[in-house]
Formats: sequence, C-alpha cells, structure tokens
Amino acid sequence: MYRYDEYDQTIVDERVKQFRDQVRRRLAGELKEEEFLPLRLQNGLYMQIHGYMLRIAVPYGLISSPQMRMFAHIARKYDRGYGHFTTRQNIQFNWLKLEETPDILADLASVQMHGIQTSGNCIRNITSDEFAGVAQDEVVDPRPYAEIMRQWSTFHPEFAYLPRKFKIAISGATDDRAAIYAHDIGLSAIKNAQGETGFKVLVGGGLGRTPIIGSVICEFLPWQHLLTYIESIMRVYNQYGRRDNKYKARIKILVKDLGIDEFRRQVEADWADLENGPGTLTSEEVDRVTSFFIDPPYEALSDYNAKLNEFQADNRPFSHWMAKNVKPHRIPGYAIVVLSLKKPGEAPGDATAEQMDFIADLADRYSFGELRITHKQNLVLADVRQQDLISLWQEAGEQGLTTPNIGMLTDIISCPGAEFCTLANARSIPLAKLIAERFENLDYQYDIGEITLNISGCVNACGQHHIGNIGITGVEKKDHDEWYQVSIGGAEGNDSSLSKIIGPSFTFFQVPEVIERLIHIYLRERIEAERFIDTVRRIGHAPFKEHVYANDFVAQEEHNNGCGVMSAQYDVPYYSPRF
Amino acid sequence: MIIKNNTIVTDDWSVLRLSEQETAETVAVPAGKIIVPLKVWQAQRGNLQRCEAIGVWLGTDERAEDLKGDIEKFSVIAVHFPKFSDGRGFSIAYNLRARLGYRGELRAIGDVLRDQLFYLRRVGFDAFAPRPDRNIEDVLKGLADFSEVYQHSIDQKLPLFRRTQRKGNPATDTA
Repeated sequence: MYRYDEYDQTIVDERVKQFRDQVRRRLAGELKEEEFLPLRLQNGLYMQIHGYMLRIAVPYGLISSPQMRMFAHIARKYDRGYGHFTTRQNIQFNWLKLEETPDILADLASVQMHGIQTSGNCIRNITSDEFAGVAQDEVVDPRPYAEIMRQWSTFHPEFAYLPRKFKIAISGATDDRAAIYAHDIGLSAIKNAQGETGFKVLVGGGLGRTPIIGSVICEFLPWQHLLTYIESIMRVYNQYGRRDNKYKARIKILVKDLGIDEFRRQVEADWADLENGPGTLTSEEVDRVTSFFIDPPYEALSDYNAKLNEFQADNRPFSHWMAKNVKPHRIPGYAIVVLSLKKPGEAPGDATAEQMDFIADLADRYSFGELRITHKQNLVLADVRQQDLISLWQEAGEQGLTTPNIGMLTDIISCPGAEFCTLANARSIPLAKLIAERFENLDYQYDIGEITLNISGCVNACGQHHIGNIGITGVEKKDHDEWYQVSIGGAEGNDSSLSKIIGPSFTFFQVPEVIERLIHIYLRERIEAERFIDTVRRIGHAPFKEHVYANDFVAQEEHNNGCGVMSAQYDVPYYSPRF
Repeated sequence: MIIKNNTIVTDDWSVLRLSEQETAETVAVPAGKIIVPLKVWQAQRGNLQRCEAIGVWLGTDERAEDLKGDIEKFSVIAVHFPKFSDGRGFSIAYNLRARLGYRGELRAIGDVLRDQLFYLRRVGFDAFAPRPDRNIEDVLKGLADFSEVYQHSIDQKLPLFRRTQRKGNPATDTA
C-alpha cells in the first residue's frame, strides 16, 4: 500500500499543528463557533449528541495493521472502547473531547493517517472497490489513481469552500463495487480497444434528499487528463452550483438544471485551457504511485480444493462461511475473506478495541499486514492462502467475526441514527438489530438469497437507503415519534436503480413484520434463481404493496415482549433532542 | 492597514459600496484612489478610465470574464467575500490570473480571516484586507500554515510531481 514520503508527512504534520492552534483559539474565544465550524469539519470533527465525533479518513478503504491498532488505541484512550466503520470506508469515534482532538490527530499522523476532508463542503475521502488489486474481474487497478486523486484533492486551495460536500468514487473492475453511480463524480477505469487506460466519467449522482443516478459526461478520458478534467468539473460547480439553498447545492442539482449536455459543454470550455497543461499526469508519477501497489510476495500455490472440500463436508458452519464470506482471488491458492461486522445483536459496522487489535493480528498473520474497509461496513483480508482458511475461520470465529451473512438479509447497512446523530429522525442501529434477530435463521436467509437492506435515520441517506433492495428511512412526523418509510427496488453496482416508497410509514416495531411480508411475496412469486431485486423489477411494486398493507399489524406490545423502547447499544442512554 | 506581499503595510485605497438609495449610474465617485463596484465601473467607465488610478471590485456572484479587455485599466482588482465560506471568490481569482492574465494587485476584501489566507494566496491574491475586528498580525500568520503543497495553482505553477523527484516504493527500487 501507499507509504508517505517526507512531503506527505510534512503536510499532515503541519495540518495537526494548524488544527491544534485552531482548537486553542476556539477554546480561548478568539474563533467563534461559526468560524470554527468549517475548520473542524474539514478535519472530520462534528458536534453530535454526546459530544464531538471524529471521522478518520481511510483512503479508498485500505489500511495496515499498525493503523488498525491505532484505531484500537484511540478507542481505548479517548473514546469508550469501540468505533464505527462507515459506508464511505471511514471510521468514526463518537465520544471525544474537543481539547483532546489535536492529540488524536497527532497520534494518527504518526501512522500516516488523518481526518482531512472527511466532512465539510470540500472534496471528501475518495472511495473505491474493496477488492481492488485482487478481484478476478479487475481491468485496471484503481488504487494508484485513487491515491493520486487523494493527494490532488488534499488542501486544494480553490475547492475548499464548495457549495456542498463532494464525493468521488473509483472502480476498475467489470462489476462496480464502489457505487460509482451514486457519487458526485464516479470513475470507472477501463481500457479502450488499443489497450490504453482511461476513465468513463460519471457526474451528478448522489443520494440524500434528491437521489439521482449519475450521468456520463465522458465515455473515455485518457488517464493523463484525470486531474485536469476533474479540476474543470469542480470549477464549473464551484462557480455555478447553488449556494442559496443547502438542499439544492449538490452538483447533481446543477447537472439536472443545466442538462448533462450543457454541463459538459461548460466543463469542456474550461478544460480547453488545461488540456495538456502542467496538471496533466505523467507516466513517471503514475508509475511511482503504482510501485506502492505491487503484489505482495505471493507464494506459487495451486488451488487447495481437496482439504477444504473435505472439511466443508463435515462442517456446515464452515461451509456456509466459505460460500458467503470467502471470495475468489485472482492468484491461484489465495482467497479474499470478508470479516462480517454484522453479527445479529451487534451494531452494524461497530468493532471494539479488542476486535481491532485482534483483526490487526489476523492481518499480520494471514494477509501481509493489510486490511480493507468495505462500503457495506465489513472488513476484508484480501490475500489469504486457501490453506489457512480453516485456521483463520476458527480464530476469527472466537471474536464473532465469521457470521456467514455477507450479501444476505442480515448484512444490513446502517447509519448511526438518532442515538448519535443530530440530523436523524429515528434510530437506525436498534432497528437493524431487531431485524437481524428476526431473520437470524441462516437457512431462511439462504433461502431468501442475495438481498440488500439499508437503513438511514433520515433523508440524508448515510445508510444509502435509495440503493438498497429494501430501503428504510426514518421520517419526521408531527408527533415527534419514530416513523419509518419502506422502499423497494433500489440497487447499486452495474445495474443501479433507485428504490421507491411502498406507501405510508410504519412504527419501529412494525418494520420487521413489513420486511417479512415483502419477503413472503418474493418467495411466493420468484421464478427459479431470481433474486429479490429481479422479482421486484419483473412484477413491480403493486403485489408487494398490496400484501404489506392488506392486514393490520399485531399490536406492538405483543411483539416487543413488553420491553418498550429497546435499550441502545453499549448502554447508551437513549435520548435525542427531537423526542 | 492591509497585508500585501506577506507584510503589513498602510493602505491608501478606499472601497466604494453602493447604499440602497444609490445606483451605479448616478453615484458620485469621490476623487482619489478608489475601488469601485463592477456595476459602477460598467456604468461610468467613460469618466472612470480617465482617473489617474482606479480599482474595481467583484462580488462573488460576478465573474472574472466581466472584466475581459479591461484589466489593464486597473491598479487594483478586489474580490469581496460576503462570507468567508463563499468559495466562488477563489475561482474568480484563479480566472483573473490564469484566464485573463491579470498581473496587478489582487485583493481579498470583506469577510477575510486568518484560516482562509493560505488558500487565498494560492489562487492568486497578493493583498488582503482582513475583517476590521481582527488583529492583522494574527491574520498574517495564516500565510505560514503549510510549507508544501501538492497541486499547481497560481502561486505554484507546477504540481509537486513535476517539481520534485519523489521516491517510489523502496521495495521496487531497482535504480
């Protein structure tokens, strides 16, 4: 993976120094909160319900074991012993003190990490395919380009105060695992007929209040022009994106208002001036950055089928895990392992300090000391020898990391929700837990098959509910109670689509039953190996809607065994300013 | 006092702002070194270009291109930041320097604060009139926040990768 040189380290160290002084001035009253706000946000620091929340950048989801151990250290020293991995491949800590944040950033800088531009109206951390470099369907390794864009976007002087946040995702495989259609800019690294590398560039995708699938602005952008072309997109957006209404300030609204053809014309008019200018990438620079992403010292192995098959035959849980959590690797004898952070009963995406240390050790022993964070809030050991799978499974299982549910119904994507976030209308994590417990039976999950379920506590869509096969959104109602809208038909990847709401919203305790009814229709209507999403697309929303609303719901009390409002994770006192 | 070329200097320019009752066509532009709004320049250019020294300022909803063909006429061009977080001014400055080739004084006025100064200088501002309630010595420190940058912009014509020989992965170093 990429390692800092003296330039990278200097820039990050100077950022820590700068932020330390900004915090000092804030605490001394020299900076007003409104002036401090964008400064702290651009270091990933939010003021949430319980105090300050810090979002740490994990560039394109790739980290080393010492970096993971640093997360464990931060969780123990400054927080309450755990962290939350996010849908943008970052990690968040929820219980921090402002005056300690410069020390946390200094600790992070010591392992080449930071919170730079993980929030605020700037270019955010760049996300990518969690299987980059090891996937069998990869055409171009996106990691060097993601790193080149990370450096280019870090403290870009012209684009630090955009109309709104700006998210870039890059994928280099035939199967899009980076949700590039749901980003402000989505890049698909491809090869043309001559075998030259370039990018299909999408612009104006995004979720939130106005979900839109990105439009193609350029079918094939030769790699040399990556940074200058993005610069022109940013400049048009910076000047003409709306600033009068924050809900209409994302680039997707500008692209929609102008139309993709006019937007493209403006971008290309700006770019005419930059094409082949000094910002053009050089092969030396691409080669230099690429040198950090060479293959680890793989052994010459052949696929290890016999022993694994034998063990699987005798061991159903292992066989489940192999089927769901282990993915094919491009190198013979190796496998990609997804460690599930979705054990029913636990908060999706959370890991304790003990788990983090443990996972770092696993990475050292089984996967060349590296890890990936997925946008589905799981962790990946990308380079595991197949002959080690049995022992890895046994060890990881002891820490609750082998739930064989990747891609299944309980692999729920969830935002932190109203227990943590001031924007949320409703709780997400306890709902995710309730659903996961209801559908915990693996045979039932496997019968249902491939499905995605995404929960966001509000319309801002951090849980990416618009691109879940089933999407759940916390909505605000006059009585300030928790209500949830349920939508179906969303998907990410190559066949991205946005979900549609099925009808009036539901209470917290009705939601699992709603999902049960949706599943029921799917199981009744599906043809052969059709996935849930395929059935929805084939038969439409009507049968689902009809069945969900056909019968009353059993009274809540009978469902919740009298426990009323469920206690939240880690004994967080349940309160929110909204209730 | 303003910050110019990295030092604090006295300033003898004044900025003309239209009150609600005044219009660009009829406002009386005082004699002396004065920075007028773009609209006043456009309305009264016949008279104004006869002044010995004249400046113009742009709002963030105006565009550098509005001064196309005119930039030689100004001793100073200013960009007014109504709010420090209004980032349009950064692209206006970039366009004035890179697209229109303006080489004179480019001044940031309005809500100009320490923590934006480094970026402002990078995109081509060389003069800063900090918000009057701020200590100008403190604001000046903002210029020293970083000693190295990745991207090219106005202050730095080449990106880091074209300026230096950065090292690749030592594990693959065959040289």
